[in-house]
Amino acid sequence: MAAPKLPPLPVILLANDLLEGEVVFRTRAGWTRDPRAALVVHDTEGAERLDTEAKAAMARNEVVDAYLVDVALDADGLPVPRHFRERFKISGPSNRPDLGKQAEYAVPGKR
Amino acid sequence: MYRYDEFDEAFVRERVAQFRDQVARRLDGSLAEDEFRPLRLKNGLYLQLHAYMLRVAIPYGTLRAAQLRQLARIAEEYDRGYGHITTRQNIQFNWPKLKDVPDILGLLADVEMHAIQTSGNCIRNVTADHFAGVAADEIEDPRPLAELIRQWSSAHPEFSYLPRKFKIAVTGAAEDRAAVRVHDIGIRIVRHPASGEVGYEILVGGGLGRTPMIAKVVREFLPKGDLLAYLEALMRVYNLEGRRDNKYKARVKILVHEIGIEEFRARVEAEFARLDGPSINADPAEQARIAAYFAAPAYENLLPESGTFEAARAANPDFAAFVEANTFPHRVPGYAALTISLKPIGGAPGDITADQMRVVADLAERYSFDEARATHIQNLVLPHVRKADLFAVWKALVAADLATANAGLITDIIACPGLDYCALATARSIPIAQAISTRFADPVRQREIGPLPIKISGCINACGHHHVGAIGILGLEKSGKESYQITLGGDPGEKAALGDILGPGLSADEVPDAIERIVARYLDTRESGESFSDAVRRLGPAAFKSALAKEVHDAA
Ligand code: HEM
Ligand code: SF4
Repeated sequence: MAAPKLPPLPVILLANDLLEGEVVFRTRAGWTRDPRAALVVHDTEGAERLDTEAKAAMARNEVVDAYLVDVALDADGLPVPRHFRERFKISGPSNRPDLGKQAEYAVPGKR
Repeated sequence: MYRYDEFDEAFVRERVAQFRDQVARRLDGSLAEDEFRPLRLKNGLYLQLHAYMLRVAIPYGTLRAAQLRQLARIAEEYDRGYGHITTRQNIQFNWPKLKDVPDILGLLADVEMHAIQTSGNCIRNVTADHFAGVAADEIEDPRPLAELIRQWSSAHPEFSYLPRKFKIAVTGAAEDRAAVRVHDIGIRIVRHPASGEVGYEILVGGGLGRTPMIAKVVREFLPKGDLLAYLEALMRVYNLEGRRDNKYKARVKILVHEIGIEEFRARVEAEFARLDGPSINADPAEQARIAAYFAAPAYENLLPESGTFEAARAANPDFAAFVEANTFPHRVPGYAALTISLKPIGGAPGDITADQMRVVADLAERYSFDEARATHIQNLVLPHVRKADLFAVWKALVAADLATANAGLITDIIACPGLDYCALATARSIPIAQAISTRFADPVRQREIGPLPIKISGCINACGHHHVGAIGILGLEKSGKESYQITLGGDPGEKAALGDILGPGLSADEVPDAIERIVARYLDTRESGESFSDAVRRLGPAAFKSALAKEVHDAA
């Protein structure tokens, strides 16, 4: 099988929870809802492992739409997606700060 | 209003049971996402950026109070307390959990609603003029026609796997308030020029999206009784010859464009001639049965004008402004149709809270013969309010934050969910609408500017109808940033036109200023009584180019 095309490093893995649809992030131990707790991977082998895990987790019916997202690190070393699409995805509707992750967590990259 | 018969009821219940089983099999792992996705889409369930999204059909936009209350209950118990009215007269819930969706569908079935055919390559919810049955310029109420098409197209075995989605809109009026010319099929109820007989003009091949097109007339006059056979013939030609190899070329508009309307017409007529009409067409008894559901409510015999109403209007300028913008003449003396704007200044277009749904439900029940409508402009309508009751209705709307007096004005903006919700978006649209709305908040100024429909989409799919906005705004991505392309001169109505791109893309911050300049140019150059759209038609969009160019220059 051809090597998967990976985004630039470093990366995190995000997905939507199968049952609830909420955005979740891969950690070493499993999935978290907290964007600050996402595992950040800096090397190609790690990214490939994460990508394999994305497919496996979808096959195990834990999550849907799992994919790697390239990130920059903020001043606290927390991952901020480089693309604005995923910055919204890990935060919530920008017109409704009371909804989505931004209502619950200090989302990296927000303000 | 149409009520389910026992077949409708059994069908919808059966679909709920099937979906409950499908979700259970998804959750226990016996269905993989690839197998499940088409099943959930058949029940209006999408996966968006932050969550699942459920799109519920509101056939031709018509709602009873009990249905609105049930939607409110769903919003509150299973979602985050609000819903979003779409340009296809549907309602979307943005946060349902997969495990709850079968229960939600069950609640919908309790009030004769569902989410079937709100997604996928089938014939979608049929939309209609939101002033159907009310407007004075109407030949006939188009809703019996819409209902007939709904029944014929629901679970139609031959047309459940079309090359692409298929959207039908109908109107019975001279003024096109249903955007029939930008639908796959548009149907206009017309009178035969010679005989005076009432029948249908059939338009085909309109659409927005990546390749926007204005529909063409495929049949100038179709006798009413032939409708279903003719539609069947047309759908058959499309189903057989529409392109399945490329989803960007799969809509009927591309087929019509590629073979030409004459050839398309010839093929439809040949198929129509081959079909056994009587076995397909609805018999007159069935047509009459459906039409009876849409019989006019028991209007009172009223004087055309109401003294209490005129007095309230004279005494209260805010009420007067509301009446001027948000009421529409009713064909029955003493009544008015009322638009409830879901475009509060600075709000998200089309969003409505559960509490507001209940307020509208109560008002519909008390003052509008238990009827409300969702419009493709993302507002609601109370179709039959006695003029003498308007003041009481207005006060209730004020208390519920639903009394914005801006129907048709520059702050009555259509906007799709864009990147705040939608997984396909390339940019946000809601904040652009909010910024423009806030900029033009002054009601006096809005009235001075007059009708000016702005329409905003968050990607080329054009769910926000930007191509047919007097001012259209399309959100794109440019060099890693949101960028907005402005078009001018679009029109969804009987003078249907696609807007012209005015110039290079703008950043979000620059958009309100650009709109401001375009509006200033209009105010400077308009002739007396000339609307924005008429001025653009007379002067051409190019005359407004420099208004935008200045902006880009300043920004550079
Ligand atoms: C949020 C999930 C949505 C998805 C995934 C979606 C997807 C699409 C796509 C792919 C198209 C282009 C179809 C084509 O050209 O073949 C389209 C068109 C359209 N959608 Fe949506 N849409 C969504 C939401 C909405 C909403 C919220 C509205 C109303 C506000 C809407 C109304 C329309 C309309 C009016 C069109 C253009 C008319 C046409 O089909 O030519 N959609 N949509
Ligand atoms: S136009 Fe694009 S961004 Fe807007 S709802 Fe449609 S698909 Fe989503």
